[in-house]
Parts: sequence; structure tokens; C-alpha cells
Amino acid sequence: MQRVGVFVCWCGSNIAGTVDVAAVSEALKNEPGVVFSTNYQYMCSQAGQDIIKNAIHEHNLTGIVVCSCSPRMHEATFRKTAAAAGLNSYMVEIANIREQCSWVHKDMMTGTEKAIILGKAAIAKVNLNAPLTPGESPVTKRALVIGGGIAGIQTALDIAEAGFPVDIVEKKPTIGGKMAQLDKTFPTLDCAACILTPKMVDVAQNDKIRIFSYSEVTDVQGFVGNFDVKITKKARYVKEDVCTGCGACVEKCPMKKVPNEFNLGMDNRHAIYIPFAQAVPKVATIDPNACNMLKNGKCGVCAKVCAAGAIDYTQKDEIIEEKYGAIVVATGFNPISMEKFDEFAYSQSKDVITSLEFERLTNAAGPTAGKLLRPSDGKHPHTIVFVQCVGSRCESCAEKGKEYCSKICCMYTAKHAMLTRDKYPDTEVYVFYIDVRTPGKNFDEFYRRAVEEYGVKYVKGMVGKVVPEGDKLKVQASDLIANKQLHIDADLVVLAAAIEPDKSARPLATMLTASMDTNDFFTEAHPKLRPVESPTAGVFLSGACQGPKDIPETVSQASAAAAKVIGLLVKDKLTGNPCVASSNEMMCNGCSSCERVCPYGAISYVDKEFRMPDRTTRIRRVASVNPAVCQGCGACTVACPSGAMDLNGFKNNQIMAEVDAICK
Amino acid sequence: MQKITRENLIDKASELLANGTVSCVLGWGKGEFGYDVTPTIFKTADEMKNGFVFNDFCGANFSKYLVSKTQKIDGKILVFLKPCDTYSFNQLLTEHRFDREKVYAVGIPCEGMADIAKVKEIAGDGITSVDSDGNTISVSTLYSDKPVTVNAADVLAERCINCKSKKHVAYDELLGDEGETLESARFDEVSRLEAMTPDERFAFWQNELSKCIRCNACRDACPACTCEKCVFDNPASGVENKSPANSFEEKMFHIIRAFHVAGRCTDCGECSRVCPQNIPLHLLNRKFIKDINEFYGEYQAGAEVGSRAPLVNYTTEDLEPGEVFDRRDENA
Amino acid sequence: MQVNEYKPLIVAFCCNWCSYAGADLAGNNRLAYPADVKIIRVPCSCRVNPMFILRAFQRGADGVIICGCHPGDCHYTSGNYYARRRMAALFSMLDYLGIERERTRVEWVSAAEGAKFAATMNDFAEKVAALGENKRLEDLRCKK
Repeated sequence: MQRVGVFVCWCGSNIAGTVDVAAVSEALKNEPGVVFSTNYQYMCSQAGQDIIKNAIHEHNLTGIVVCSCSPRMHEATFRKTAAAAGLNSYMVEIANIREQCSWVHKDMMTGTEKAIILGKAAIAKVNLNAPLTPGESPVTKRALVIGGGIAGIQTALDIAEAGFPVDIVEKKPTIGGKMAQLDKTFPTLDCAACILTPKMVDVAQNDKIRIFSYSEVTDVQGFVGNFDVKITKKARYVKEDVCTGCGACVEKCPMKKVPNEFNLGMDNRHAIYIPFAQAVPKVATIDPNACNMLKNGKCGVCAKVCAAGAIDYTQKDEIIEEKYGAIVVATGFNPISMEKFDEFAYSQSKDVITSLEFERLTNAAGPTAGKLLRPSDGKHPHTIVFVQCVGSRCESCAEKGKEYCSKICCMYTAKHAMLTRDKYPDTEVYVFYIDVRTPGKNFDEFYRRAVEEYGVKYVKGMVGKVVPEGDKLKVQASDLIANKQLHIDADLVVLAAAIEPDKSARPLATMLTASMDTNDFFTEAHPKLRPVESPTAGVFLSGACQGPKDIPETVSQASAAAAKVIGLLVKDKLTGNPCVASSNEMMCNGCSSCERVCPYGAISYVDKEFRMPDRTTRIRRVASVNPAVCQGCGACTVACPSGAMDLNGFKNNQIMAEVDAICK
Repeated sequence: MQKITRENLIDKASELLANGTVSCVLGWGKGEFGYDVTPTIFKTADEMKNGFVFNDFCGANFSKYLVSKTQKIDGKILVFLKPCDTYSFNQLLTEHRFDREKVYAVGIPCEGMADIAKVKEIAGDGITSVDSDGNTISVSTLYSDKPVTVNAADVLAERCINCKSKKHVAYDELLGDEGETLESARFDEVSRLEAMTPDERFAFWQNELSKCIRCNACRDACPACTCEKCVFDNPASGVENKSPANSFEEKMFHIIRAFHVAGRCTDCGECSRVCPQNIPLHLLNRKFIKDINEFYGEYQAGAEVGSRAPLVNYTTEDLEPGEVFDRRDENA
Repeated sequence: MQVNEYKPLIVAFCCNWCSYAGADLAGNNRLAYPADVKIIRVPCSCRVNPMFILRAFQRGADGVIICGCHPGDCHYTSGNYYARRRMAALFSMLDYLGIERERTRVEWVSAAEGAKFAATMNDFAEKVAALGENKRLEDLRCKK
């Protein structure tokens, strides 16, 4: 049996004005377990807290009930008071007789009556309380960043800056991501490479950062502070630490007709390749699907020309195991496939391209050395039609496009249109749009310049059809404002393809037990207040894997994620919230209902041996809650039919006791 | 279609026992009377020949027994599964309640089982033996010199009249032909109750549930109720109670029992079959099934292994609890 | 003879992060609602077990209301979505058993909606009071 002390606060006249506090402390004296009951003007004051401390000592209290303001106000205060007097701080219950009683009821009698009932409920609960101790777990002071685009780069640099080791895992041979493929960036028009490549070099030179390029995360176990991760380093058939990146092998490689993915297949690369001049790490990679030596053992030219002796045709995939305290997901995005948008003739004409392809066409390091030439015949296009929202905001065409707004297309299209008019004033540029969305710093000004200074023709309306005819593209579109049909003979059509999360994100989310929305964007722990954390503790989100973002937004989120990671890694130990779920193994069926509703992936199953009454042993599958990951919502407790799953601090019998006390 | 007989099943079992595929058979054994069969483990073909029963009264769903039997018996167990049993079988697998590797499931077709209560209505009490050829049941009683002949179709169990599926959703081997899922009228009675006034509904359920003697047969026969320890037997749950001390107790029990199996209940009908008070308990389960189908889309528990039950799932667009009634009012 | 005015007994389960804070805000703003409403704090609306609700009715509560964060705003991201399904199913079942549907309610109240909290409780208490005592789910043995 508990020895409960009851402390009724007047809160000056805030409570005492409508609640007869003396009557309350008197009435609660006779409740089961209560050995001491008093009232005082301000329980939260030093003097009030001393009353509590003294009573705990004098009466050997095992639990206390404070009838006062909301627990959201002073529960923490009174828990500290209890702890200072040697009582477990979770042996404290608060009856909220201010916000939820004296302040909302005018009449002394009803106020007092209700305060007594609320007090009784708290006493009934505290009688069933058990001391709780927050669990502690160590923190591995190393972070993993998955994805080496601008988001991953920024996060890694910021974490390394704070002094913690960081590993970047990038599935491509080089870091840099989508930003490395861009030409200029809106709204300032500085060149992407000029601002990105120094950062890539910083990453390479930072002794706190390791880059695992051409690698993928293949297994994640553990939990916040203690992740065990397996990284598969794909064989690149070149010794990374020996290769100098001189490029001699690339020049001499006889296999020259491999579509160059960096230029989106608009030109070719060799079987051995370095994706682009500023690649980090600047190391060659052999494409095993294209290399003759690897396919049928006939060639070996690259090994012969490599002065450093870096080529190794026998290289195998390597699995690296490492421990991490925090994981940042920065898997980024891709434009969606245009296959299903045949009305724009993307697969019929080389001169219908996506905006990312347009970036490569205008990039000095691209297939045309920066000259805007038609892919089909290399001629200069005189009429260009940009089509916005291709696959974005597709409410009615969800099977081929996306329902959401891809966010970046309005601005990059304005950039493309503006740059085209700037470099080639003889070119007519049309932009077809549903809406032009420019909510960013200097964004609307930028868009207006495109229209007003550069004479880009913005037309509200959608393009219905693009038909290749001769060397022209017949564009049929509607102008909704003029309410007429337009027919334009275009030389080039550029589609602002919707963007979607990278395909690797879904399996990764499963490994991390991190939740995703229906579009495969990672879900944040709270949409407003915790936007860079995943609901799974220790997993953080950086960049477009969480939702469409432009570069400034990505970089700010990347730094925010880094700040959260640093905040985690500076801790030597993690102290958990002890109000977590726990399963009574004797009653658990192992049915998995609890696991399915857990938003944090805190529940796993183990096969355990049980001794049966007849002295035989039986192996049963039972749920096991990881207290470091559980956040204490209680969803599992209701999903569990047998009541094996219960929540510390809000146990079934505690809440039931409160119900009983109130409904007496 | 080939009719499956007791002999067919014994032959099949003997073959599987002989070739070592299985170490024993979980089947219907002779009970006190000809019409009450009891789950029995047969270890040899001879035991089968002596004690195995297969007739119009083999309604019992054996899926649940696999939970304990697979733990106790070495080797594989042969179990005969009617189409409706296979749904429970899958649901138990979904909930990891037994090891699939330890079971050899033989699907057997089913044309519906008889309800002994209906037989008694026609033939009277004091039944000494029943004998069936599949179409007619011949019933001998203490009070009549000649056996009474009952048409099997007239005494079909309610759940068989409203059979939802003749399709086996799980088996290692199938005897007879593959069946189809059926359009059944199983929700008609629920709809009829829904159309009543609240007072009428209350009167209906007050009358039915007050018959409950809390024998727990519904719980013990239910293939979804396989908890190691029932919440009603657990003192820490705050609702422990084993007998109906007051009129509300059984309401609490039956509401919670139905809620606990909501989304997991395959509508096998065992609860109503075993109820000694003939309370139509399946109407509680079917209410949940009907609601879930209407609110969250068609869902048949046990149709496939690993499916996520609707009450441990959600969409952001789900209807609000208040809208449930608005919808019903609109439909009414 | 003394006339006892009938006062309904209402149990409100409020999630810690939104609705309980909303109730506190109603207090801060001195927005009155009947003292018949007694609040039980739970971490999340998904912590509310149907057994708690039935137990309240069994012990003589006349109405039970569950308040949680608005869908999409759950502190635990998805708790209220589960609560929404469970309560929809449970309340529909209670209605099926002939229990007056006005006795149960789910309401989403954010931490900023003190006024909504008070208004909800006023409205709910009024509707429950109009029904009179809960006789259909009460356990007379417990009312001694």
C-alpha cells in the first residue's frame, strides 16, 4: 500500500477563489492510501516545496498528489521537488484544479465538489504508480549521411565542422548530385558548378569526412545513438587509393559508345569513365556492363596505360560495417519518366526534352559545350516552347503523374526562358503555365524580369498536343485568358517534368523503419515543429527526400538536420522518457498488431523459451519494446487484445482507476 | 463434382501417415452422441478407422487447435480444412500463431453443415443416433420407434446458408474441385437490426445478451481468440471478471470480445455455433465486418497471409466517427 | 421534498499535447463549461482503450468524449488516425446495441482552441443532459 501525501494549492485566490481548498484537503484525507493532507497558498513557491519535502520525510510518503495548476505548468517542478526529497519523481500526480476547475466554474460549491473528485482520481492513480527510472544508452559519436548531393554535402560539412566524424554514402561514382548537372541557379544566376564544386573539394579534404562513393546502404540495425549499418561498396575495378584521376585510361578506352548518364544520354562516354571533370572522388570507374575485359576478357587497354597500376579487374563488392549515432537521409529526387506523357511526343522527337536535359544543353561542360542546339540536327532553335507542370498537380492523372506541386519548376523555367532570351535574343520563347508560383526571396522579381525585361511570352493554359512534322514541332495549346486556341511551330519543346523521390528511398525507409507518405517522400516527426527529423529517433531528413525543394531551402534544411545531429552526438548518453510501453511476455501472443501501429518501429519480436506448468519448454514469439525508441503514445496498448502491452505512467489499471474515481 | 466421403479422407490420411509426410491427423472424433464431434488426434490409420467421423455435423473449425498442437507434436500434423476454415488458418498465420512448416493442410469441399438445434426442432429431443447420406439425415430418438428422416437442406446452419466462400485460400493439397467466393446475404440480418429504432435494437440485444451465462465457449472456440491469457482473465487489466454478476458484465464482455477480433474475425461463425444459449453472437462480429467494409473498403480477414487488418491501419482521409451516423441516416 | 436537478456525468479523455492544452487554454481565458465534465489526461487519443469508455458507462457516466489533436497534427504523427478508426467502429457498435449515439463523441481540439473546447463541452453536456441518465450501459451493482 502506498503512503500518499496530498497537497492542495490555493494559487493565491486563483484556486481558493472558487474552490474551498480547506474542504478539499479535508475530504481527501480519508481516501485510500492517504496519510497526510494539507493546503498552502503557493505550493510551487520555495516554502510550498519545502512543505512537500518535509512531509515526504516525516510521513515516509511513497507518493504525492498535488492539487494545483495544470501539469503542463508545474508537473516538472513538483517532480524535481519529490526527487530532491528522495522520492522517485514519477510517484507524483497532479490534479488540475485551476485551469480545468477553478477558472472555468463560478460557484464555490460546484468548484469544490469537482476539485475533490479530481483529487480522488489523482489519488487513485498514484496508488497504482510505480517508480520509474529513465533508461540510458550510449551514443556512438559518428554520423552517416545517405546521399551526396548538395543536401548531403552541406549536412556532412556542418557536422564535421562541429568536430564529429561523418561518412557520406553515395550510390553514384561521384558526389555532387543533381546540382552538379545544373547550369545556372535562380534567382541570382550564379553558376552551379562555381558554388558547388568548392564544397565538394571541402568534403574531400575534410579529415572528419569519409566518402563512400559508388556504394549503397544495405542493412540498418539498432536504434538512436547505436545504429549498426552495412554499406556495400560496389566494385569499380579501380583501386580508389591508387588512381590519380589522370584520365589516360579514359582516353584510350576503345568502348566509346556508352550513353553518358551525366548528360542524360545526350552524348556518350567510355566504358571506363570519370563522370565529370570536377568529380569527387576523382577516380575512374569501369562500367561492368560495357567493358569488354570484364564481359569477355578481351581488351585490358586501361590496365596497360595506367601508370599508377590502379586497374583491378578482379575487384569484388566489399561490405563495410560501421556504427553510427545518427543517420541523415539525403536521397534527393529525380524527374519522373516522360514515357506516359506521349501527348508531348517526348519519345517521338529528340527535340522534345526535359528541363534537366535543357540544363545540360546550356551547360558549358555539356554535350554542346554550352551552345543551345537542337539535339536532332544541331541547329539553333528559333522558337522554344516551355511546358510547365508536366506530371505535377495532376489530380486527375495520378496514374501517370503526381498530385503535388513540384515547387521548383516555375522558377527554373523562368530562368531557362530568361537565359535563352539573354543569349539568343532572336529566339521566341513561350511558357505555358497553370499558375506561376514564386513565393521566395527575390523570386517574383525574377519572374517579372523574365516577362518585362526579357520579353518571355507567358501564356496561361496547357499544351494539349505536340506533333513532330518535318523539322518542326506543331504545338497545340490553349490561351485561357484570351480564350483561344494557339498553334505554334516550335523548334524545341522543353517539359518541366515533375520530380519524385529517388527510387532507393522506399527500401531505405523500410530498413530505417522511417515512415513515408503515399508519394514516397519521407515523413517528418512534426510538420511544423520538427521538420528535419523523422518520427524514428536518430533518423534525420535533409533535402528533397522530404519534399520538393530548391537549393536555398535544401541547404537550410541540410544545416538544420546537421544541427539536430550535432545536438544528439554531443551527448555521451541518451536519457529516455521512462513513460514507454512494455510488453508482458507471459501474456503476449506475438500477433504483430502492436508492431503495425507503432509509428517509431520501436517494437520487434523475439523467439523466447518459456517453461510451461507441465515442466516442458515452449518457444514463443513475443514482442519486445526498445525503450530508447518508444515515444510513449500508447497506440500499441489498444491494438493489443490481451492487454500484454501496457504503457508506463499511463497503465491500463491506472486509467481505469481514474475512471472509477470520477464515476463514483 | 466428386463427393468426398469419410473413406476418402481416411485413405488420404493413411497414405500421408504411411509415407511419413505427417506424424498424426487432427480430425473430428466420435463424441458423446452421433452429432457432437470432438477434435481428436489420430496417430495411425487404425485409429482413424475406429474413431474418425465425417458427417453433416463436422462444423468445428480446427485451425485454432493448431496453435497448441503444433507446439506439442513432433513432425507434421495433417488437418482437414473446409473453405471457411482456411480463412482462419491464414489469419492465424498472419498473426504468427503457428508454424506453417508443421502443418499439412488438406482442403476438403463443403456443402454446408447441419445445425443440431434445427434437427431437434424437427425430430424432437432425446436423440440416440444420427445417420446421414449427405442428402437426408435419419435421426433415432428415445421417443419414437422409427427413425425420423430430416432433409439435410432444411437443417443447414445459418452460417452455411449464408456461406461466404467455397474457395480454399490455403492448402497443401486439395481434394475435390476449387470453389469460388460467393455473394452471400450474410449482412442482411445486420441491416435489419440497423433499420430498427434504437429502442428496438436495445430490446433485441438486452434480450439476447441477458441469456449469456459467461461460459466462455464463444471465446474458447473462436479462432481469433488465441490470446495466451484473455484480458478478462488478467487481474492487471482492471476488467477481470469471469461470471455475469450483473446485467452489464456480459455486454461489456461481448462488446470488447467483438472489438478485439474486429478486422481479424473471418466470420467463421464458431461463436454462434458453440453458444449453448443460442445467442446470435455472429451478428456482433458481422456488424464490425460490415462497418469496416463500408468505412474502409472491402476487407476479408484471412483471405491472404500478411494482410494488414483495418483497425491497425489508417488513411489520412478516413471518415470521422461522427460521420458514421450521418452516413447511416442518409442511407436510411 | 428536495428537488434534485439532474446533472449528467461526463468523462472527457484528452490527449496531452493538443486537447488537454486546449482545455487549459479555456481555463486561462475563463471560458466556462459545466463542472459535470471531468477530464482524464492521456498521452494521445490512441491511448484510449474502448474498455475505459465502457467502464465509464458501466460506472454511471452519462456521456464520454474523446478529444485529440486534429488529424495530421498528432504529436506522434499517426495516433489520432488509429483512434479515429477505433472510435468510429466502437461508436457504431454501441449505436447498434441501442445506446443513444449522442452519448459518445470524438472531437479534435488543438492547443490553440480553448474556445472550441469550452463550446464543445457545453454542447455535449447539453445534449447528454437532454437524454437523461444512462440506463442502458450502467451496472446497477456499481452504483450502490
